[in-house]
Amino acid sequence: MNHLNEEELIAYRDGEEKGRAEAAAHLGECPECRKELARIEAVFAALDAMPVPDPGADYERRVWQQLEPRLRERRARWWEGLFEGRRLAAVGAMAALMLAAYFIGIRVGRNTPGDAARVAGTEKVRERVLVVAVGEHLGKSEMVLVELSNTEPRKGEKLINISSEQKRAQGLVEENRLYRQTALQEGDQAMASTLDELERVLQDIANSPDEVTPAQFESLQKRIEAKGILFKVRVVNQDLREREKNDRPSPTQGNSETKERNKV
Amino acid sequence: METAGVETSDAEAVERTLAGARDTYRVLVERHSRNVFRMAYRMTGNRQDAEEVVQEAFLRGYQKLRQFQGQANFGTWVYRIAANYAIDRLRTKHAEQSRRQVASGPQEDGLEIDPLMSAKDLAPSPERLAASAQLAEKMKEALDALSPAERTAIVMRHWEGCAIEEIAAVLKSNTNATKNTVFRAVAKLRKALEPYAGGMGAARAMGSES
Repeated sequence: MNHLNEEELIAYRDGEEKGRAEAAAHLGECPECRKELARIEAVFAALDAMPVPDPGADYERRVWQQLEPRLRERRARWWEGLFEGRRLAAVGAMAALMLAAYFIGIRVGRNTPGDAARVAGTEKVRERVLVVAVGEHLGKSEMVLVELSNTEPRKGEKLINISSEQKRAQGLVEENRLYRQTALQEGDQAMASTLDELERVLQDIANSPDEVTPAQFESLQKRIEAKGILFKVRVVNQDLREREKNDRPSPTQGNSETKERNKV
Repeated sequence: METAGVETSDAEAVERTLAGARDTYRVLVERHSRNVFRMAYRMTGNRQDAEEVVQEAFLRGYQKLRQFQGQANFGTWVYRIAANYAIDRLRTKHAEQSRRQVASGPQEDGLEIDPLMSAKDLAPSPERLAASAQLAEKMKEALDALSPAERTAIVMRHWEGCAIEEIAAVLKSNTNATKNTVFRAVAKLRKALEPYAGGMGAARAMGSES
């Protein structure tokens, strides 16, 4: 057998099973490879010697003391699950973050004044960002619905292309599902109910073909109108705008934030 | 150091924390923070960063605690969270340092070498102290020269005895590529440290505090 190369020696030292018996047999009869292995071993010995400072006898207690107030700030941790798995993949971290902040806002609003004051600060800021986010979702949904409702097929048109609305609806369905589930989880029945109705309509649009016949198009418009969903969405959105307005801390800050929002 | 329940198992502490007894999380923090610190120090090379990694790991652990349910071992789990966070930090730092080096040459920071502290029980001779300090300095340089993935791989594999699969999960890589990363790390460290092989005996004697 040829000499073991560095990779094989390191793998052997690491406990690699593959080719172990052969390597061991070779090492048994080859002083050169044994010497090489000893040199590698010496490197590990040096690593073992690297000092790690003692963080102190009360280290564990200090970690807890620093950590504990931060845990208290995270009272609304139920929404952390939103960041995981499929839902994250579907909606994206930003949407989840915004959603979380929005509902934290609701929760803060429900707490006693003392509690609310304690968590105000950063959560207030997040809440304002999130109110805008949920509002934006509703705004985008409203646009799709309005476009479809206001479109009148041209005379003689055999197929109406709704691919733009359909694609937007597909994206909105995912977002909407997340918002609805969260609202439900949080016990906000009114919001959950409106989002549930909105989701059915969006689903309807998302599942339509790219091009529909005038009859199919008319049927779609009727389904939108029958549920009065456009009206409900506008009402909820208006409510959010009110909330946004009331939450603005000071005129100066409010102005700069409005500019930021307008960019979005 | 456990004050909230010496006999509480990790699994029970997790259950109780999830049930709303936030203070029970203290048991887990106090039980595992020292181990996480040791790994974090080896990953980051300095105490302040290591302490931040520990804080962040336990905070994230708390936030994700529901996901832990059903998993084997809280220590391993929080350890992996720490390793994930540490490698992210290393990567960020690495990128920043690369940028700075382009402008102004290498940046000095990292290991806090305290040969007096690390060798106090051995009552070493001044010569041994000097050799230890020199070797420790060389190790710092050698470890700093590794890529974040190589450093993570060698810390997890050599010091913490993690399985290749576990390291692969942190590196978001497959087992073969991870084995290669471990190999590259060892080969690089060897190249950097072998010239000081004469001092290896002293290195063994120098020992480690943890």
